[in-house]
Amino acid sequence: MSINPSGWRPSLGANDMVQDVTGTVTGNRGLLLEEPLLFELGTAETCGVDLPVPDMAATNRLGGLERDDALALPGLSEPETVRHYTRLSRQNYAIDLGIFPLGSCTMKHNPRLNEKVARLPGFADLHPLQPITTVQGALGVMAELGEWLLRLTNMAGVAMSPKAGAHGELCGILCIRAALEARGDAREVILVPESAHGTNPATAAFANYRVESIPGTPDGRVDFEALKARLGPDVAAVMITNPNTCGLFERDMKAISDAVHAAGAFVYCDGANFNAIVGKVRPGDLGVDAMHINLHKTFSTPHGGGGPGSGPVVLSEALAPFAPLPFVVQTADGYHLVEEEGAAEAGGEQAFGRMSAFHGQMGMFTRALAYILSHGADGLKQVAEDAVLSANYMLRSLDDVLDAPFGASGPCMHEALFSDKGFADGLSTIDVAKALIDEGFHPMTMYFPLVVHGAMLVEPTECESKATLDQFIGALRNIAERARAGDSALAQTPTLAPRRRLDETLAARKPRLVWQG
Amino acid sequence: MRYLPLTEADRADMLARIGAPSVDVLFVDVPETARLAGPVEGLPGHADELAVERHMTRLAARNVNAGSVPFFLGAGAYRHHIPASVDHLIQRGEYLTAYTPYQPEIAQGTLQMLFEFQTQVARLFGCDVANASMYDGSTACWEAIAMAARITKRKKALLSSGLHPHYVSTVQTMARFTGDAIAYTVPELAAEPDTAALIGRIDADMSCVVVQYPDILGRIGDLSALADAVHAAGALLVAVVTEPVALGAIRSPGAMGADIVVGEGQSLGVGLQFGGPYLGLFATRDKYVRQMPGRLVGETLDAAGRRGFVLTLSTREQHIRREKATSNICTNSGLCALAFSIHMTLLGEKGLRALAAENHRLACRTADRLAKVPGVKLVNTAFFNEFALEIAGDARAVVRALAAKDVLAGVSLGRLYPDHSELAGGLLVAVTETVSEEDIEALAAGLEEALA
Repeated sequence: MSINPSGWRPSLGANDMVQDVTGTVTGNRGLLLEEPLLFELGTAETCGVDLPVPDMAATNRLGGLERDDALALPGLSEPETVRHYTRLSRQNYAIDLGIFPLGSCTMKHNPRLNEKVARLPGFADLHPLQPITTVQGALGVMAELGEWLLRLTNMAGVAMSPKAGAHGELCGILCIRAALEARGDAREVILVPESAHGTNPATAAFANYRVESIPGTPDGRVDFEALKARLGPDVAAVMITNPNTCGLFERDMKAISDAVHAAGAFVYCDGANFNAIVGKVRPGDLGVDAMHINLHKTFSTPHGGGGPGSGPVVLSEALAPFAPLPFVVQTADGYHLVEEEGAAEAGGEQAFGRMSAFHGQMGMFTRALAYILSHGADGLKQVAEDAVLSANYMLRSLDDVLDAPFGASGPCMHEALFSDKGFADGLSTIDVAKALIDEGFHPMTMYFPLVVHGAMLVEPTECESKATLDQFIGALRNIAERARAGDSALAQTPTLAPRRRLDETLAARKPRLVWQG
Repeated sequence: MRYLPLTEADRADMLARIGAPSVDVLFVDVPETARLAGPVEGLPGHADELAVERHMTRLAARNVNAGSVPFFLGAGAYRHHIPASVDHLIQRGEYLTAYTPYQPEIAQGTLQMLFEFQTQVARLFGCDVANASMYDGSTACWEAIAMAARITKRKKALLSSGLHPHYVSTVQTMARFTGDAIAYTVPELAAEPDTAALIGRIDADMSCVVVQYPDILGRIGDLSALADAVHAAGALLVAVVTEPVALGAIRSPGAMGADIVVGEGQSLGVGLQFGGPYLGLFATRDKYVRQMPGRLVGETLDAAGRRGFVLTLSTREQHIRREKATSNICTNSGLCALAFSIHMTLLGEKGLRALAAENHRLACRTADRLAKVPGVKLVNTAFFNEFALEIAGDARAVVRALAAKDVLAGVSLGRLYPDHSELAGGLLVAVTETVSEEDIEALAAGLEEALA
């Protein structure tokens, strides 16, 4: 089998030598298995499911719209299917294989108990529009999880339906817009620190706000004076990430909230980094009005190679009445789901409409609730403490070989930030990251936050043993020393992964987004 | 705590290296008034696996799961049989516990799978390209409208009355805040979709017309004339598919002229899950690819000349463009896309056609049987696996009455359109391959009794 079966070569570019680097007949090397595309394996006549032979002529009420063209979707038998996807899976790094220290992503262990309870037929095999009497347990999960989230954050209301962190951001910002509209106050600006996740300005823009950036201080925090100076009658909200994307707690948070409220605006908190303070600090005590909680970060629901996530939003007294439909209320005869009608009677006369169809990411609610119940209030506090302890251990074990731009200003929270300062010419953050791959680790987050040159953001989470932390630290120390010494071999890494560096420029210049055959 | 590897001795060693007397010192930047002395009050402490499992099992037991009773609900979420190998494969840790494939050298599994998924979706919908998935069908529908607005520089969308009301609500919510104009009227219990009326309402300010296929009442109409009229007005046709299995039997929207085709992919591989997580499908023409929201995987070569896959065209996305991005979305539904793709691979063209035929056959059987029940009228002339009935009575009450007898009869239009009493007799009945002859009889008998 060829490693480049389509034989595709870029018409532009120096590399028109397609070489087989394996030297084996199959392209495989021991347990490193190459896998062709499904379209190179399957046929139109192969099927891995037993189904009756169709007799469309017998009953046809398709209104004359019968499909008259081929779908061109190849099939595989069951054994071929299992093998195709199993072989492909082995080209993925995953938490189950080792530390996944991506800053801002909180890649913690995904407990299998969560998977087990999510698959109970009483949850998994449940239609969202079944009569309410037949889904009392599912509404109970939503109510119970919502209650935990409210108590852990000391907030007044929760919107469960947002489907991801950015969707939660949008929900929170829309609650703010609705609250301002309700008091006849048209404001058009949202302030976002320059260190924010890209989703923050994108969300504000998507909700029709003008985004203005707030500068940072030399110690990696929001410039409170600049923020105060910008507040005014046109500012609707400030979006703050706390702990922030530099891995630091915003010391002025309470004062910022007070100043924002005094100016008639609201405080949105990006809860991406809630893992650092869960069970120890409640955002409601710091004056936050809205915060999304990434269940796939803090509460261990699986990232799944890029979703699905879940991003419930907790809301202050001022914003709670504006939470979108649907929501769960408890009545004398059990749980009730407030949908398109009866919102006013249930206290939701100011609720805005749906963020999406149905009721939210139920499969993630069951997983997150199982995780929360397992830890309890005491275990969650321990989670935050161990996450922060592990990150500071990283910081202090590496700050002699890697520049820690804010290391002198005190402890970090759940993630340690380094820069590429001191690397030899020609070597940069990406080379350190790719060298970690050869060492058998997933790299840290690269080039984020943007406020630090060549940023490397390391988030170990609470789920790593000290032995694993020490092993990772040892590998990164060695690579950092090589980068400072100008070891040009780093620029060729990784050499031991299923693929070497991929040409992203080529992919963008000549997009091939579907198989052409 | 079973998920926390650090021992007390480890913690002491680590604090010593940091030079901190206690872990609380690490939280020094938190204002003292906000630092809790102990665990959050009023919440229980940790629990072992057995206790948590028992608690969750008891909650699950308070639900009537769909597989345990005769079951006919659809309306945007369909119960299909999922082959055992699908769930086995998506639980492999290499898929389940991986992250977004930002490091392509060690994420080729996810990247190649998504490339295959994109190809499958594009072909199913009759489009050139598809993205790596979105949250769900309803949010994909809004994103399609926003994309049409970017392409046409117009901010007015016309929604067909046959669009799922939750999708309408999602779109209206967003439009309320973005200032887009949305034109929509609720459907009538008519045998055919309102294509002619829709064409009559197209004007020169519209960015797009959004039509569902099959529509909320299960009706099927040719989109070709609509596409021509929309294009003549300089607008785009957005087609919404909430039951992708239908496309094993009927023409794809792309082949009939739709410019953007979005949908809900839950039918294949994902399951019901009480409404989420689901799978947003999004496909379009080549020429609009740079206006498309969401993640995209592309084919390229590695430094050794080997084929490989990467996330690409990310300059459209929020982590690069920030406030100028095509969307604020920063994820997809990767694991649901995997489930969809595996199920589609097991079926292949032959299997999808056979599955669609079996759904249609059973739906025809059910429609004929129920039409014989006194007080029941079949609304549709054409349908795939879901149709609307008009019954002599309040369908919501009938659904509740049958649920009390352990028959889940369908979705009443009263639940979907509570403010429209003229639709109160409407009942949507979905029939998939999971329905047996006994189930059909149970539903017919239940309706007979309820309407007697």
